[in-house]
Amino acid sequence: MRQQRKNKPAEIPTASLEEGGSIDRILKSQNLSAKGPGEEYNFAYLDEDTKREIRRALLKAVAIPGYQVPFAGREMPMPYGWGTGGIQVSASIIGKDDVFKVIDQGSDDTTNAVSIRAFFETLTGVATTTETAEATIIQTRHRIPETPLAEGQIMVYQVPLPEAMRQLEPSEPETRSLHALFEYGLMYLKLYEDITKHKEITISYDYPVLVADRYAMSPSPIPRFDNPKLNDSKALHLFGAGRERRVYAIPPHTRVKSFDFNDHPFRVQGWENSCAICGATDSYLDEIVQDDRGGRMFVCSDSDHCQRRLRLASQPEAGPPERLASLGQEAQDRG
Amino acid sequence: MPKTARDNLTAPPQNGDRPLLLAEGLTHYYGTKRACRDVRFEVYPGEILGLVGESGSGKTTVLKIVSGQMAPSSGTVLYREAGGAVLDLHKLSEGRRRLLARTELGFVHQNPRDGLNMNVSAGANVADRLLSGGARLYAEVRGRARDWLERVEIATDRLDDRPGQYSGGMLQRLQIARNLVTSPRLVFLDEPTGGLDVSVQAKLLDLIRNLTGTLKLAAVLVTHDLAVARLLSQRLMVMKEGKVVEAGLTDRVLDDPQDPYTQLLVSSTLEA
Repeated sequence: MRQQRKNKPAEIPTASLEEGGSIDRILKSQNLSAKGPGEEYNFAYLDEDTKREIRRALLKAVAIPGYQVPFAGREMPMPYGWGTGGIQVSASIIGKDDVFKVIDQGSDDTTNAVSIRAFFETLTGVATTTETAEATIIQTRHRIPETPLAEGQIMVYQVPLPEAMRQLEPSEPETRSLHALFEYGLMYLKLYEDITKHKEITISYDYPVLVADRYAMSPSPIPRFDNPKLNDSKALHLFGAGRERRVYAIPPHTRVKSFDFNDHPFRVQGWENSCAICGATDSYLDEIVQDDRGGRMFVCSDSDHCQRRLRLASQPEAGPPERLASLGQEAQDRG
Repeated sequence: MPKTARDNLTAPPQNGDRPLLLAEGLTHYYGTKRACRDVRFEVYPGEILGLVGESGSGKTTVLKIVSGQMAPSSGTVLYREAGGAVLDLHKLSEGRRRLLARTELGFVHQNPRDGLNMNVSAGANVADRLLSGGARLYAEVRGRARDWLERVEIATDRLDDRPGQYSGGMLQRLQIARNLVTSPRLVFLDEPTGGLDVSVQAKLLDLIRNLTGTLKLAAVLVTHDLAVARLLSQRLMVMKEGKVVEAGLTDRVLDDPQDPYTQLLVSSTLEA
């Protein structure tokens, strides 16, 4: 917007122009800055004190894995529900040397992912990438990348509802007491109801976990397919809820267990199909409806993972099977 | 022989039973208004103690205090837990008190909606205490929930219905099942038959009498209905303006009331 104003003097009131002022002076007189895009904001949008406050909350969150730490959430230039919590966390931890990746529903190309990536490109100038292995900070909604995370990487989650028990206990003081007293009967009540209704646990996303054998935690709306990736992960996982003003964290190599019954153990989703684009059989697949006659296809939700597999498969010198098998190891080495 | 009730509570086992609960000097103020004054009583294992009086006489306040839900302005509530240790209910940590409240104690609210989780099925309501207590086998928990529904005479095909689909009498029976599933030793009943029609009341009273009898359950029963008190309780306390005006065996108190207020209360009861 600012750039447009600068390039289109026609928008400036002609009266001001006739007074002979430069465009800079005219903009100043109207309390508009003539600086280039991004320059009028602090690095990563938030001011340094705010970032420091959020980092303090994050340090506490890392020290008490799974515990929800309140923080002074700021108004962001976008509505709640668009990832304000995740963006504030990312803005607080991002440095000039970071490489930033954003995914939404596993994809780098959805509106939200593109917009948030552009936001940080504009306001920090840091390098961005779509490749999981190259990123140092990955902001995400709904997915954990298929490529195994490595030491030094940070996952930032956008969390709509940080309280895993909110559905069954509307009172915040009460849920805090339940956490403090380690009373998680409600979690099992939720599962009991589910099994009673559907004969099995059908919670397919935001499946509650117990972190470090102590705190019950909502893993944000990731599919339960991704829950096992949280356990003993090499990366640091930070969760930010903008509307509820809470951050929480899972430090690297923390035990994360999904709640379940002994006679109804936790299982991840599986598919009978493989990815229609890259042929992957072990990734999380999205179902895409193609027409109104029942036509549908299944494709990897992780777009980077899918394209990477395609690229590797098209390299003739390394046969696809071996290359694909070594993917995970390679990602780890690069991290 | 022990001299006081307090000695009796903590003394080694005698031939007779020791009290389960001892309340001493309970006084409570809401702001400057006094709700109860110097109330003391004990509850013995297996007995039902009735607490009667008109609205505003402090019955419910006393019940909230002795069940640990509310701390009194002054006074103590001692409880002898299953292991034999004597606990001061209001000096326990919150976690310990809550644990006690969902294992050894029970509380049946006048309005079952206050004591039930209306957002989950009836079975889940009964399962609640078991799951909180660490039960991790779905089949077993469900089996026990079904068992208890049977014991309170609710058809087991209603196991997965929401309590919202239950009638008033069924809700109250469900609330009782939810409380009794962990085999508590002492249950607090706050007007359990309030708001139910007469035939449903009779069935519920019958059920409560049977259950307390077979489970050797002690109970503190708050009611303003003298007929309910006569049917269920062995001992009776009459409260007026926050004070206990008369106490004794139920039949004695109702047939030969000594205090003018009790006489008034008994004589004002409608004959059926």
